[in-house]
Amino acid sequence: MSSDGNLLEVKNLRTYFDTDDGIVKAVDGISFQLERGETLGIVGESGSGKSVTNLSIIRLIPEPPGKIAGGEVIFNGTDLLLLPNEAIRKIRGRRIAMIFQDPMTSLNPFMKISRQLMEMTELHLGHTKAQARTHAIRMLETVGIPDAHARADSYPHEFSGGMRQRVMIAMALSCEPELLIADEPTTALDVTIQAQILELIKKLKRETGTSVILITHDLGVVAGMTDHVIVMYAGKIFEQARTAELFAQPGNPYTKGLLRSVPDPTDEQGKLYQIPGLPPDVAHLKPGCPFAPRCDRVQEICKQEFPPFVQLNADHHSLCHFAREVYSESGGTPA
Amino acid sequence: MSNENNPDHEDLVHIGPEMAVAEADVHPDEVGTFVRGTSLWRDAWRRLLKNKLAVVGMVVVIIVTIASIIGPTAIKAIFGFTPDFIPTGDVNATRSLPPFTGPNGQFTWTHPMGTDNAGRDQFARVLQGGQISLFVGILSTVVSLLIGVTYGAVSGYVGGRVDNMMMRIVDVLYSLPYVIVVIVLLSMFRSQTPRGQLILLFIALGSVSWLTMARIVRGQVLSLKNQEFVLAARATGVSNTRIIFKHLIPNTLGPVIVYATLTIPQIMLTEAFLSFLGFGVQAPIASWGSLASDGIQNIAIFPWQLIFPGVTMALTLFSLNFLGDGLRDALDPQMRTV
Repeated sequence: MSSDGNLLEVKNLRTYFDTDDGIVKAVDGISFQLERGETLGIVGESGSGKSVTNLSIIRLIPEPPGKIAGGEVIFNGTDLLLLPNEAIRKIRGRRIAMIFQDPMTSLNPFMKISRQLMEMTELHLGHTKAQARTHAIRMLETVGIPDAHARADSYPHEFSGGMRQRVMIAMALSCEPELLIADEPTTALDVTIQAQILELIKKLKRETGTSVILITHDLGVVAGMTDHVIVMYAGKIFEQARTAELFAQPGNPYTKGLLRSVPDPTDEQGKLYQIPGLPPDVAHLKPGCPFAPRCDRVQEICKQEFPPFVQLNADHHSLCHFAREVYSESGGTPA
Repeated sequence: MSNENNPDHEDLVHIGPEMAVAEADVHPDEVGTFVRGTSLWRDAWRRLLKNKLAVVGMVVVIIVTIASIIGPTAIKAIFGFTPDFIPTGDVNATRSLPPFTGPNGQFTWTHPMGTDNAGRDQFARVLQGGQISLFVGILSTVVSLLIGVTYGAVSGYVGGRVDNMMMRIVDVLYSLPYVIVVIVLLSMFRSQTPRGQLILLFIALGSVSWLTMARIVRGQVLSLKNQEFVLAARATGVSNTRIIFKHLIPNTLGPVIVYATLTIPQIMLTEAFLSFLGFGVQAPIASWGSLASDGIQNIAIFPWQLIFPGVTMALTLFSLNFLGDGLRDALDPQMRTV
């Protein structure tokens, strides 16, 4: 059982989609741990399997065509993948909550805000209507909705995007979950609102001690918010490290490419760097490294053999034939 | 300008949260509170009121409904006869009287629509027929709503093989010529009592009228269930049953209401048609169809016996259709800003 402080332990998770085009291995052998109170960032391009990983954790993969083909998701000592549907429903929202990318569509347009918030606590905490309502209004105040009392009975279309995302956060946190999964919570918002929402998540995390998994493709967000980072590519973990270390000493050519792609505001003349090519079609992966066709230091071996998952130090891993070399080049000392 | 005397103003104001200041009709002590925006229903209601034809339709429907409900009782109280009262005595003096005419040819208010072939008051019978016709129309529509909405929503939400099977069943039922099915049902189980026959009619009409409703709702649910709010609801641990009934079905309400309003006249017409053929409502209970059927036998001599039930029915059906069209325009999802 989990005595080592791990809230969540994902072991060799594999989620496949059976499509007309063949089997798409959207998530293929992902493993990671998350300690209590820690924030984990998952970054990657679109289609790299970030969202599917997290939907798999609470078993919300659309089945069919999706299927969790194997692995374990140990949450507080229980394997969520083995639980009956009834039991997993009690965990969703109560102990693991999610925030979605698009606040414009993730609230039911026909339900008052208060009803949607109340549904959570009535369901999981057994609140009466009156209790649930009081709680809902308190949550709305917590996430900074002004005049929460009057606005609770509004419909979602009366709120702006940022406000709706606040409502989503209020909803997600209303049962004080142990784990909050935020799936690109700021992607659909404009920059000033992004900062507010991230600050809010940070503040609430500090106050409640919730662990957070933050999915994003914004490296800036990851740098400011997370303790650990996972870089995903083609359904695999390419690199895994403490945030500071990943940014300072990346041990994977893909991570390096991602970091180089971040525009540098001080360099006005320079061209924007981009990783050449497109993410691979995960339905038809060739043997060898999935990143090989786009990699700037590709060798013959990369096209032939699947790369090893190299341990660079205590908690820094990289999926590359030349992980140690890349790591040394960026100033790290491989263990 | 005083906002307090301007009820419309509240509807028009919809300002952002940051500007949530007193703009609409608020009391001084409520300054700074949030202004209620327009709800979807209030929006739709306003659009409906702009549609003249729909408003006229709505008024006619309301008048006919109220008249049908209280009419026979009122006539009983004023003139002392029920719709199925056949006067005793000289039959020839009371049967088939023209409108506003008494037994001796004098003017009277007693029979504003004349009497029928047996001497029963035509006005009372038309009103009672309205009761039955509206009742059949509304009840069968409610049945079709209950079955159709649930069936369609479950089929659409569950999807996959279950959806396929459920919809093939609908297809099969669809392909049966339903008027013939209803006629076969009615003649197979022909009941001895008029009331029994009426119940049979409900069952027969209700059991075939939910098919389109099921298809409409399924289509709606199919497009709704992939929206993020359903995923969000599932992620908060809401059960599938609750998602279907609390989250999905309310979102399909617009098209459902429109279709239901258009189903009522359709069913009333079918009922009239069946009663006209003698399969539906039986005397002494009257419906507009059976009254028309009685009236057509004497159309050359006593045209009012057909005209009154016929015109009343046509007027009501027109009105219901106008109202339905108006509702469709008012609730049109394309015009709705969500």
